[in-house]
This record gives sequence, structure tokens and C-alpha cells, in this order.
Amino acid sequence: MSMTVVLSQALLGLNVGVFYAMLSLGLAVIFGLLNIINFAHGAMYMLGAFIALIGYSFIERWFGISMEIGFWPSLILAPLLVGALGILIERTMLQRLYKLDHIYGLLLTFGITLILQGLFANYFNVSGTPYPGQPESLSGVVNLGFMYFPTYRLFAIVFSLVVCFATWYFIEHTKLGSRLRAGVENPELTQAFGLNVPLMITLTFGFGCGLAGLAGVLAAPIYSVSPLMGADLIIVVFAVVVIGGMGSIMGAILSGLALGLVEGLTKVIYPPAASTVIFFLMVLVLLFRPAGLFGKEK
Amino acid sequence: MMNRILFALMLIAGLTAPFYAYPVFVMDLLCFALFACAFNLLLGYVGLLSFGHAAFFGGGAYIAGYAIKAWGFPPLVGILTGTGFALILGIGFGYLAIRRQGIYFAMVTLALAQIIYFMALQLPFTGGENGLQGVPRGMLFGFIDLNSSLAMYYFVFTIFLVGFGIIYRTIHSPFGEVLQAIRENEDRALSLGYDVNRFKLFAFVISATLAGLAGATKAVVFQFASLTSAHWQTSGEVILMTLVGGLGTVFGPVLGALTVGALSHELSSYGSWVQVILGTIFVICVMVFRRGIIGELERQFQKRR
Repeated sequence: MSMTVVLSQALLGLNVGVFYAMLSLGLAVIFGLLNIINFAHGAMYMLGAFIALIGYSFIERWFGISMEIGFWPSLILAPLLVGALGILIERTMLQRLYKLDHIYGLLLTFGITLILQGLFANYFNVSGTPYPGQPESLSGVVNLGFMYFPTYRLFAIVFSLVVCFATWYFIEHTKLGSRLRAGVENPELTQAFGLNVPLMITLTFGFGCGLAGLAGVLAAPIYSVSPLMGADLIIVVFAVVVIGGMGSIMGAILSGLALGLVEGLTKVIYPPAASTVIFFLMVLVLLFRPAGLFGKEK
Repeated sequence: MMNRILFALMLIAGLTAPFYAYPVFVMDLLCFALFACAFNLLLGYVGLLSFGHAAFFGGGAYIAGYAIKAWGFPPLVGILTGTGFALILGIGFGYLAIRRQGIYFAMVTLALAQIIYFMALQLPFTGGENGLQGVPRGMLFGFIDLNSSLAMYYFVFTIFLVGFGIIYRTIHSPFGEVLQAIRENEDRALSLGYDVNRFKLFAFVISATLAGLAGATKAVVFQFASLTSAHWQTSGEVILMTLVGGLGTVFGPVLGALTVGALSHELSSYGSWVQVILGTIFVICVMVFRRGIIGELERQFQKRR
């Protein structure tokens, strides 16, 4: 097996890794403030991809309006719409569950996942619909010196990394971020200082969902868009989150990237194990470092 | 008192069911009812949310089906082999999962179950996406032909009653009392000197084993083990059944399995709308109906007195 094959699989793995990173980042941010796990995160990712797809190929077919929303507008529009849906869910439903056992938040979002997934499965093929809207400027391949790599995938990697690190910087190094962290540390005290914690919670949930939607748009040109794309992914992301622990933002990003890389490399070394390698790593982590690599148990 | 009435009702309904309902359908419901009861032992009485119970249900089904089909095991021995597999798997998963608490527990079990799902998809003997087909029902004890749907039905009903009995005894034993103490206040139980993790693991293994029994039985009833039975959506479905019927009630999961099972059956011609409807019921249950059917009934019953 040549070095080029390994390197290209590593890059492809990194490509998956940035999606893991974005999703686990969103989960971690939400978990920090709300203490719930958003099962619907996968559905939000799927929704993002579908908004891009519908905007590009279905507006005319469905509504008779001759209009198409291209990739770039979708990149802004989809996260906003998905984030708005997240805010709606938080305001109308999740908010009433905070006083109960946290498993109810998980169960509620599981129900929402089934609804969203079922809705899209009625109108779209479960085996996937290709997204034709990949921008002209990102087509083709780039020469990386040691290999040729699809331009779009490179763009997706770089763009996602920028978004991840910007989020990290915002939370760890800005004034607004420090207020957020205060809310995570002690909500009552933070509220007593006059900060609007419930609003922070709502916006955080919306932001986390928006990140998932953004990841969905980025994934649309690479994988075909399917109602099940999020569900399969979110379970892997759960394992990523268990491995990394949700105590740290950087931990969530790094474990997402690293595990995507591991998965990519497994595809070279022993392909049948590629779909389960992350779960087996989770088993190892549970055996030897139960709190997770970056974790502090909550 | 209420439990006795409900038990009598369940017994009568169960014994007479094949005379007014389609036996295979009722057997399917019984398997799911046992599965839900096993799940409820964990969530309802220990407070542990396992999102991976399909691994035991599906795993039990595959192993039982394979043992009967390939090794020529008699049906009961085959079912016990599948159950035994679920037991061993339960020890492994339980050992790993109880290392994390609360919401992490759910994520760990879900991820572990995904390993079994992929194995069921990829291993050479499982038949991939088609599932393991052509499992013969065979002769029970060598002389009862299970191809007769009536014989099969009463065999399944007996298995259900045995499983139900084990769960009932577990809940109403000193061991069960400790489990409920852990559910109410884990730290307190720990400080009283109970080895909390050992109790959790024990409960997990019992629950996994009985879920495996349910799955193994289902494989014999339908004569095949399906990939769906190992899918995470099955784990979700059993949660929904338990929730609808009533978390932490003895008969809730049975009633929940009947309700959800009958509903999915009635709606099966609507394709993916079934999922939308089940999801909506999920949301409604979590938002406003957390006690479930039996839970609400019990509350009314207690108010009256």
C-alpha cells in the first residue's frame, strides 16, 4: 500500500472528522448549559442538508416559482433556519423539562428525531438524493504536492476548522463567552448578577443546532442527501463525545478530528472494521479512562 | 389489589387470545411485551436508561435462529442458547456502561449496541440486510409440533409468563427494594453500604437476558431473525412502549407494547407516517403524560381510597 493511499485516506478521514468535530462541539456546548443530550442533533444536520437541496432543486418543482437558492446563500440560510427551529423547540418544549430527570430531554429530542426523519422519508428517497449545487469555483481538484485532492472537500475541511476554532475562541476568550461559561459553572449565581440565563440557554441551543445545520449544508455536496444521514452519524458522534468527555470545548473538537482520522485510516488497514472502530475505541476508553480523555464527570 | 385484577385480566386475555385474534400477531405482541417488561426493570426500577436494548433482543434472535437452523438445536434449547448469548453480552455491556452515569449511560449503551448491529449486518452467517432466514420451528420436547400455530402460541405465552414472573419476583424481592433505593437516591444507597455498581450490573444482566429471551422467541415465531430487531429504532420503540404504558409499573410495559404494537400494525400501510406518529406520541408522552396509562390509573385508584 502506497503512502499516497494512506495520505489520501487520512485526508478523507479528516473530512469526516470535521463533521464529527462540528457536531460534537454543538452537543458539548448544549450539554454544558442545558445538561441534556440533544438526540435531534443528527436530524438538525439532515435538515441543514435538505434545506440546501430543496433550495437548489425543488423550489420550482414544488412552488412553481422560478428560483434557486445556491450553495453560498444556503450556507447562511440553512444554519439560521435550523437554529430558529432549535429555538422554537427549546422555548416550547425543552424549557418545561429542565426540572425533571435529564433523560426526559433525551427522550423528547428522540421523538423529534423520529418526526423529522419520518417527514422527510415520505418525500425523499432513503437511499439518498445527490445535491447538484456545488459551486463552480470549488469543482475540480487541487494539487497538494503529494496527491490530488477534490477542491470542495479541502474547502469543507478548512471552512469547518475555521468555524470550530472561532467558536472555541468566542467561548474561551471573549467577554460574552466568559458570561456563557459563568452560566455553565453556576446558573443561579450568574442570574443573580443580572444576566439573562434563560435567554442564554435558548440562544445556546439555537446556536448548537445551527452548527449542526451548517455541517449538513457542507456535507450535502459530498454525501447524497438522505433522511437517514443524521441518525447514522449521531450515534458515532455520541461515541466521540463519550471518548472525549464533554467537559472541554477544545476536547470535543480535537476528539472529533482525531476519530475521523482514525476511521479514515481503518478504511485502509482493515475496511470491514471502519464502521465500528470508534465504538471499540470507546470500549477501551471506558475500560482505562472512564471519564473520557478530556472529561470531568458532571 | 389492582395488580391482582390486572393479572387475572392478562391471564384470561392471554389464554383466549388465539380464538379471536390472529395468533402470529399476538405472539409478536407478547414478545415485545416481554421485551418492554425487561427494559422497564432497568429504567423503571433502577432509573437506568439503556438505549441499546435492541442489541440483546436482536442478538438473542440471531443466535437462537442460527443455533436452530445450522446446528439443528430443538426450539427450546435454541431459544435458551440465544438467551444465554444475551446474558453474556449483558455482562459485558453492563460492566462497561455502569462506569458512566446518567445521560452518558444512555449514549454508551447506544454506541455499544451499534457494534452488534454492524456485526448482524456484516458477519457471514447473518444474511446481511435480508436477515437470517429459514429457521425451522421444529418439535417442542420432541413431540409437540410447533408448526401448529396454537401450540406455538401457548408455548410463547408460557415463555412470556415465565419471563414476567421472573421480573415480578425480582421487583418484589429485597433485591428489588435495593434497586428502587438506588433509583431514588444513589448516594444514599451507597452510604448505607450497598455495593451500588454490583446491584446495577445484576439488574442490567437480568434485563438483558430477558430481552434476549424475547428476541430469541420472536425468531422462532417468525422463523427468521431480522436486521430491524437489532436496529437502534427498536431500542427506541421499546422505550416508547414502556413510557406509554407506565414507567416503573408492573403491567405498564405489557399494555404499552399492546398499544404501540397494535397502532404500528394498524398504520403500517401509511409508510413513513408511522414514524411521524410514533415520534409525536413520544413527544406527547414526555411533555404531558409521563406517568403512562397504568401510572395514571394507579393514581386515580389511590385518590378514590
